[in-house]
Amino acid sequence: MNFTAIRAIYLFEMARTWRTLLQSIVSPVISTSLYFVVFGAAIGSRISEIQGVSYGTFIVPGLVMLSVLTQSISNASFGIYFPKFVGTIYEILSAPVSYLEIVIGYVGAAATKSILLGLIILGTAGLFVPLHIHHPFWMLAFLVLTAVTFSLLGFIIGIWADNFEKLQAIPLLVVTPLTFLGGSFYSVNMLPSGWRTITLFNPVVYLISGFRWSFYEIADVSLAVSVGLTLTFLAICLVTIWWIFKTGYRLKN
Amino acid sequence: MSPIISVTHLSKTYGSGFTALKDVSLDIRRGEIFALLGPNGAGKTTLISIICGIANLSAGKVTVGGHDINADYRAARSLIGLVPQELHTDSFETVWATVSFSRGLFGKPKNPAHIEKVLKDLSLWDKKDNRIIELSGGMKRRVMIAKALSHEPQILFLDEPTAGVDVELRKGMWEVIGKLRDAGVTVILTTHYIEEAEQMADRIGVINKGEIILIEEKATLMRQLGRKQLTLQLQERLAAVPAVLEPYRLTLDGDGMRLTYNYDTQGERTGITALLGDLGNAGIRFKDLSTTQNSLEDIFVSLVRRGA
Repeated sequence: MNFTAIRAIYLFEMARTWRTLLQSIVSPVISTSLYFVVFGAAIGSRISEIQGVSYGTFIVPGLVMLSVLTQSISNASFGIYFPKFVGTIYEILSAPVSYLEIVIGYVGAAATKSILLGLIILGTAGLFVPLHIHHPFWMLAFLVLTAVTFSLLGFIIGIWADNFEKLQAIPLLVVTPLTFLGGSFYSVNMLPSGWRTITLFNPVVYLISGFRWSFYEIADVSLAVSVGLTLTFLAICLVTIWWIFKTGYRLKN
Repeated sequence: MSPIISVTHLSKTYGSGFTALKDVSLDIRRGEIFALLGPNGAGKTTLISIICGIANLSAGKVTVGGHDINADYRAARSLIGLVPQELHTDSFETVWATVSFSRGLFGKPKNPAHIEKVLKDLSLWDKKDNRIIELSGGMKRRVMIAKALSHEPQILFLDEPTAGVDVELRKGMWEVIGKLRDAGVTVILTTHYIEEAEQMADRIGVINKGEIILIEEKATLMRQLGRKQLTLQLQERLAAVPAVLEPYRLTLDGDGMRLTYNYDTQGERTGITALLGDLGNAGIRFKDLSTTQNSLEDIFVSLVRRGA
């Protein structure tokens, strides 16, 4: 294992975060704070408790997940797309590094940024609503698992995209709607049974449900199902990346 | 001595069906400067890309330092430094950071002394803290070379190293490349500047339409294919070449004031002495004469046209 190369890629990507601090960290924190002001304080104060939790508190895990999901995809897709766009990818491809090392470097950096962001948003949320985390280990486990899985998805999108429009298309047209409809702002149990069944096809439901359970011990689906489906999605992403590097898809041809 | 790079029956066909390389075989000797010439789209960059791991090969085998580029890619790639044709740089990084990143990427531990030496050799030391976006095109080109040299490679690929740089800087690059060769680095360069190959290369390869059409020692090539021209500036205008001089196949131009004679430097006799004697007998006097030798460019153009 070429740890020096992994470290080089990782630190290079993290350096980009510090250079673009405003965009990377501050901007998502501001927009999430606005969510709390609008949904938590303004509208939330008129909504009754959900399963014994105030609405403002209830939406915290969903909002954290919303940011982690979108930022993981955004960080990882841009991280690998940008070298392709400016041409510096030649250096990565010609270096004595394995595909696994490349993925660890890029995805590791993207996931780190998202996790940091998630924790910052969590801290920000604590300023607006009282927070109590029942299962800190599971909370961290879901955070890391989600950040890594969606960073892998972002990495795939970054390799697949051959222009900026494609780079934005899946996050904007698929992931964001799925996240909003995945129970970020409501419990799936609040939906009519028909819509509830449809919603259960949305993978984001399982992530948010599991993450919310780690906070308040309330969940739309069982913890085992949440963990199982998240791991399945992780495995699908890993297999796709393995195939990309094996064939050189959009990289070597 | 075994070649440092061995390319055997290499072919490359892209997904579109375009065949960029056809059964290319080539050995690069350790420590030489090898110039690969060819017109645009001949396959030069594809060949380099495959050897360096940027593109997949369709058929054939490539070894670098005895290591297969696929089966033993780590050992093969660690020997190579690549300076691509385009100026691909991280605009917002500093020179020091980007060169250090390249060293780390190749798995080499930090060595500030080596990075400092490379930057000083390339006259970049005073720019080490500048962001790349602030540098001129020539400096960016040198940063690319510094990145390629950061991990102390034994082989350096230079794809059009002096494209778009001014004459002074180009000569500076040649000096750098010469020093690298003196330090034992094998240099493979592609170039459009025939003068560059003529000036620096030990051996020359010509590629056209994906096929290697010639590999030869530069000196041998110049000897084998080099022809000379003798040009005579006449004292008096000549209406036509006299019949007695027809065997020499002279060309009369310059409004009848210039005679040109082509001869082979490798022939047993050049025919110059006889020509000058016959000119005197025919009463043709000249006021000046000069000889010119075909340049590598002429040879290159002739080869490519022959293959077209």
